[in-house]
Amino acid sequence: MLAHFSNIITVFLMVAGLFIIIARGNLIKKLIGLSLFQTSVYLLYITPGKLIGGTAPIISPQYTVYSNPLPHVLILTAIVVGVATLALGLALAVRIREAYGSIEEDEILERDRGVEAEEAKEARS
Amino acid sequence: MSLAQHLPALQVVLPLISAPLAVLSRRAGLAFLIVTAAAWTAFAIAIALWLQVDLSGPVSYPIGNWEPPWGIEYRLDRLNSFMLVLVSGMAAIVLPYSRASIEREIPQESHYLFYAMLGLCLTGLLGMSITGDAFNLFVFLEISSLSTYVLIAMGRDRRALTAAYQYLIMGSIGATFIVIGIGFLYLMTGTLNLADMVDRVARIENSRPGLAALAFITVGVSLKVALAPLHQWLPNAYTYAPSSVSAFLAATATKVALYALIRFYFTVFGDAFLFEKLPLPKMMLVLSLFAMFFANFIAIFQDNLKRLFAYSSIGQIGYITLGLSFDSVDGVAASIMHLFNHGVAKGAIFLLIGAIVARLTTRQAAPPAPGFDRIAGLAKSMPWTCFGIVIGGLSLIGVPGTAGFISKWYLVLAAVDKGQWWLVGAILFSSLLAVAYVWRFVEAAYFRAPPAGREAFGEASLFLLIPAWLLVGATLWFGIDTSFTVGSAIEAAQQLVHSHQ
Repeated sequence: MLAHFSNIITVFLMVAGLFIIIARGNLIKKLIGLSLFQTSVYLLYITPGKLIGGTAPIISPQYTVYSNPLPHVLILTAIVVGVATLALGLALAVRIREAYGSIEEDEILERDRGVEAEEAKEARS
Repeated sequence: MSLAQHLPALQVVLPLISAPLAVLSRRAGLAFLIVTAAAWTAFAIAIALWLQVDLSGPVSYPIGNWEPPWGIEYRLDRLNSFMLVLVSGMAAIVLPYSRASIEREIPQESHYLFYAMLGLCLTGLLGMSITGDAFNLFVFLEISSLSTYVLIAMGRDRRALTAAYQYLIMGSIGATFIVIGIGFLYLMTGTLNLADMVDRVARIENSRPGLAALAFITVGVSLKVALAPLHQWLPNAYTYAPSSVSAFLAATATKVALYALIRFYFTVFGDAFLFEKLPLPKMMLVLSLFAMFFANFIAIFQDNLKRLFAYSSIGQIGYITLGLSFDSVDGVAASIMHLFNHGVAKGAIFLLIGAIVARLTTRQAAPPAPGFDRIAGLAKSMPWTCFGIVIGGLSLIGVPGTAGFISKWYLVLAAVDKGQWWLVGAILFSSLLAVAYVWRFVEAAYFRAPPAGREAFGEASLFLLIPAWLLVGATLWFGIDTSFTVGSAIEAAQQLVHSHQ
């Protein structure tokens, strides 16, 4: 059980993030969920790359066990992608707030429905 | 090394450099010139690479001279050299169109940013097509996705913002699923190079992590493909995005995602395992039929032209995945052909709808939705635009003489070859649904009287018509001279199907 604790945390974060995205109607909370979900992937990659007792992969006669550096490099890229996604998502939330006056999904949908009803009325007249 | 040897890298690097240059230029005209020049050069390079693959077989390019599998490899075969031609060709046509089209759709001061984003989107899609490295594919996927969200949000309607937000959430979940899948593959095989993965995957694909990787990649890529029922983001995104963006996305974004699906299924996992030992063909068959009937049926009842053709896109994706589910050379070739033919036809339709929207737009107000009441009797004032949409629609239906017929013909042949006669009926019947929605347009544009009080206006400007008609012409051309599409698709399918034996 304890040996797999990092995997358990990974899965917990993954499921919690996905749950927040689905269950919450607030646009900011959805983005928080998305970030959690993406963060779980960082753990998924990094933990298997670390060997207990392994050192940085610099060739030296003293050491024989090295950790794999590649997952770290990959995740560095994934973190950048995650930051960009979050920034863009927040920027969109700001713009949505300016356009609708709300960041609650149900209120936004309601306001759009109002607009669509007007459009339909216009089309009939 | 001479310059010609660096073409695979230049293919991606040129559009990539054009984006920051466009931002630095801060002027719409200059930004337009830079990105258009990059797109045209990319198109020329894509054709050169296609010829090179055609003449002398697959091309491998080690980035930074790091030998694969340690470094990132760009690898070109029949399939992705064909994809590069489609993606860069669409960009080369859409960009000149954008200049006149975004005039009223996007505020003047952010035009240069629009071009920069289009350049980035092109970079991402080209990169996804050309790369031979799994993680690199994810990075390019995110480059294209992030720029796509921005492009959609640039639409004038405020619903463009919510559409972009919704796509951002769905797209990021999809992309993260893909990274999880790639992560499992990397943990199990110790390599990220797709070609290097092939032999090692064969040993682990029946293990639990192997199957988990397959499941995550399937769901993640299907989200980006908009395979029904994972298509919810698509109708709003195509409806509220600026016209040229709808056209570019409809023609390329989902198609490149489909390419990634084909690459993972046929090259990495291998069809011998996927289609014979797993229930995958049945699953894909059911989902494809669902997309073909459900989305085409919904399309009939849409009042907004853009939304109608967005649903039609979801239906057409069903035909493409149907061909894959056959796992035969004919079936996969039909899919690859349809990917191209549908991209060209749908691109033409969205460009022409953009021309209609431009005509209906007044200087101050936001562009109106191209609803059927607004386009009534339009064929009298805009004959070329309406006729072009009709030809594109005929290609969606699959009428002989258009490109759509060729790919549906091969799809029917593949179904017959498998002995699935009832599928032939299903393909024909779902095409009848396409007849219904195309007819709605014909009826409104040609047979209804124009609404009273609508100002008389003429044909769309030539800046919009010429690029759109280039694509309409291509739809007709590839319906008659099929040597490029059918030839490339069949050779690509021969490389893919049963490649593991």
